[in-house]
Amino acid sequence: MSMAPTLLSVEGLTKSYGGVHAVRNVSFELRAGEILALIGPNGAGKSTCFNVLNGQIIPDSGRVRVLNQETTGKKPRVIWRMGVGRTFQITATFPTMTVRENVQVALVSHGERLFNLWASTAAYARDEAGRLLDLVGMGAYAERPCGELAYGDLKRLELAIALANQPKLLLMDEPTAGMAPRERIELMRLTARIAREQSIGVLFTEHDMDVVFEHSDRVLVLNRGTLIAEGSPEEVRGNAQVRAIYLGEGLLYDARHREGAPA
Amino acid sequence: MAFYVVQFLTGLASAASLFLVASGLSIIFGVTRIVNFAHGAFYMLGAYVAFTLTERFDGAFGFWGGVVAAALAVAAVGVLVEMVLLRRIYHSPELFQLLATFGLTLMVEDLVVLIWGPDDLLGRRAPGFKGAVDFFGQNIPSYDLFLIVLGPVVLGVLWLLFQRTRWGILVRAATQDRDMVAALGVNQKWLFTSVFALGVFLAALGGALQIPRDAVNHAMDLRVIVEVFVVVVIGGLGSITGAFVAAVLVSELNAFGILIFPKISIILVFLVMAVVLIVRPWGLFGKPEAPARRTPGLTVNPWRPLTTNERFAAIAALLIAAALPLFGGNYVLTVGSEIAIFVIFAVSLHFLMSVGGLASFGHAAYFGLGAYGVALLAKMAGLPMIGCLVLGPLLGLLGAAVFGFFAVQLSGVYFAMLTLAFAQIVWSIAFQWVSVTGGDNGILGVWPSSWAASPSHFYWLSLGIAALAVVILRIIVFSPFGFALRATRDSPLRSEAIGINGKRIQWTAFVIAGTVAGLAGALFAYLKGSVFPDNMGISLSVDALVMVLLGGVETVSGAVIGAIVYKALNIWLVSQTDLSKLVLGAFVVLIVVAFPKGIVGTFETLLNRRRNSSSSNSLVASPIETAE
Repeated sequence: MSMAPTLLSVEGLTKSYGGVHAVRNVSFELRAGEILALIGPNGAGKSTCFNVLNGQIIPDSGRVRVLNQETTGKKPRVIWRMGVGRTFQITATFPTMTVRENVQVALVSHGERLFNLWASTAAYARDEAGRLLDLVGMGAYAERPCGELAYGDLKRLELAIALANQPKLLLMDEPTAGMAPRERIELMRLTARIAREQSIGVLFTEHDMDVVFEHSDRVLVLNRGTLIAEGSPEEVRGNAQVRAIYLGEGLLYDARHREGAPA
Repeated sequence: MAFYVVQFLTGLASAASLFLVASGLSIIFGVTRIVNFAHGAFYMLGAYVAFTLTERFDGAFGFWGGVVAAALAVAAVGVLVEMVLLRRIYHSPELFQLLATFGLTLMVEDLVVLIWGPDDLLGRRAPGFKGAVDFFGQNIPSYDLFLIVLGPVVLGVLWLLFQRTRWGILVRAATQDRDMVAALGVNQKWLFTSVFALGVFLAALGGALQIPRDAVNHAMDLRVIVEVFVVVVIGGLGSITGAFVAAVLVSELNAFGILIFPKISIILVFLVMAVVLIVRPWGLFGKPEAPARRTPGLTVNPWRPLTTNERFAAIAALLIAAALPLFGGNYVLTVGSEIAIFVIFAVSLHFLMSVGGLASFGHAAYFGLGAYGVALLAKMAGLPMIGCLVLGPLLGLLGAAVFGFFAVQLSGVYFAMLTLAFAQIVWSIAFQWVSVTGGDNGILGVWPSSWAASPSHFYWLSLGIAALAVVILRIIVFSPFGFALRATRDSPLRSEAIGINGKRIQWTAFVIAGTVAGLAGALFAYLKGSVFPDNMGISLSVDALVMVLLGGVETVSGAVIGAIVYKALNIWLVSQTDLSKLVLGAFVVLIVVAFPKGIVGTFETLLNRRRNSSSSNSLVASPIETAE
């Protein structure tokens, strides 16, 4: 199999607040169809890194390129138009609209119809919205008010919204936070399947090591703003530095899954 | 040179009162997150009560004791208001809090006239500060010097209070995270009450200290509240230092603005405010606002277009309304036309407020601009009625484009304060620029052309335009633009993340709403045959808010019903009582506390409840319904 094209390249990213280096000289790449996890203890710089990628923070130095286009310093809405979809740690949807309408708004925006004052939105891209909802298993809920959904369903709706602009890259900030264990596995399986089928690159941050090692192709480990390890889940799990600095939980994972010993 | 120094000192002296009121507003907002629109009313009450007390008791003790006692007495009224009213609405959406405190302001205005009479009252000079100090041939009242010293002293005392006392530490903690403070076992209720009392005390003291400088009158509340809003927008809501610096800045701008633009001195303040908003949207010393509580927030029912049956019902209602000239006389038709015009005005605000989530407290500005647009075109350019009706509202559009650009940079309470301040600025221009607008005398003799002159023709014209405006705005609500606007209202974060430029969407909505309001104003000018500054006054802005609220903020077209009911009641009320503001204010407070969903909203809820209770048979019934 030939190497997939580079989707996202981050070079020498640095951002400090006062005297604190939140992120120091971080570089990595992400290829199409690849699922990359960004992990690290609290305060490691994951969120800063993420917010630079989606345009909410401007870095002190370094560059971010998506499909060979510079995104550094661009607004979130501009980065979205370059083919980057995202989901939030705490879901952000439109509670006064139906589930279908939530997706339709994203499709309206993708179709550059935002300033159309006359057409009927109900008819706009109705089937396309239905297809996206079916894809994430939310087809049956299409006419429900979004404000009534359970949290796990909101996460799936967010995924459908994020897919509306046919993104090349998906940024997911703690996608399974606040979900029940079974929902976590389902959501990540779904994400992985869609990413493979549509060859979308996925970058996600995550605290749950089960989710990280189960669903990622590659793992980046941040500690105190610096990238300390990078590699396949197995490599990272075996990395002594990672264990020493961070992965107390990794040992538990090993213990549970390899030896079946009580935790 | 000496003249400029004196002018500067006069500005500093005016800053003292302004600072007292603004710091009170800021302290209350910091802890309770309520922007107390009634703050100007407490300031005015302070002045009136102090006037009575200082007249009653002689001597230095009588004066200074009277001033302090007045502030304390008004603070006690504040405590009562907090316990009876505010405690009920701490968890309501911002809009309701703003409206309730505004309703209070209206009530106080009438009560003050009832107790002290409508005439200006001249208070005593302050004992010990009656004279003037000679400064290179210019006189500086020594009372001004006292006020100049007082401002920093109060700032210092407040600083000590918040830094050095246990109570101050609790207040600062509650300002940062009130849930945490509650979790630590602090009695929130009394903390809130005491903070409100302090804020009201400061406002009333500010008013009481004004009596040696200014006549006491029943319009001083609105004048001061607008200046205070400008101060807190510039200084940053929640910051006492910010309030001080901005109060000095605004007072100096006023003092020197009169020298530069004698007619429209307020322009200078506006320009500075605009610059501050662009450079630091949360004021010089303010911090970015936490995300606003959503303005609507009572239900989550998604909106839907009318069904075919409902459309027929609406058309039938319109036809019945159109038949009014067959039964009604000229007076009824004139009232009918006025109601139709206010339907247009109300739906334009409803569009901005319910669909866009932007509660404007100065929507009358664009109504008035449309009216003045027509009057100026008709009197100066001599255009025929059709031309005026088409071009006049463009003045509303222009005003909305300029002010809206700045207003949509902010949201929530800041947006409300800013729109109110803008409306007051437009009002003062109409009031002060006598050579163009005729000032207080307005512009008279704006009569419709002969084809629309008869009451029935004018009624049909107004009704037709109203129906058109309602239909067009409904279409926009369900258009892609309407959805983008609602998306921006529901979740700014998500809408930005799906490529929506929220500010541009909101600005466009502001311009649309302003233009439609201008159209209403244009018709209104022809209905009355004249325009006056009051056509853009605050009470008209509040009328519009109440109409929307009465109809139901969370409905698609509740404003139509709200406007009809409210306007009819209002016209009847004005003919029945002189205390219309008192009744209106009480009415506003009542709606907010007891009836927040409005007429249409309540109706929909009842309908939904009935539907849900009969949902067991709905599966069986639905095929038959569809067949029909």
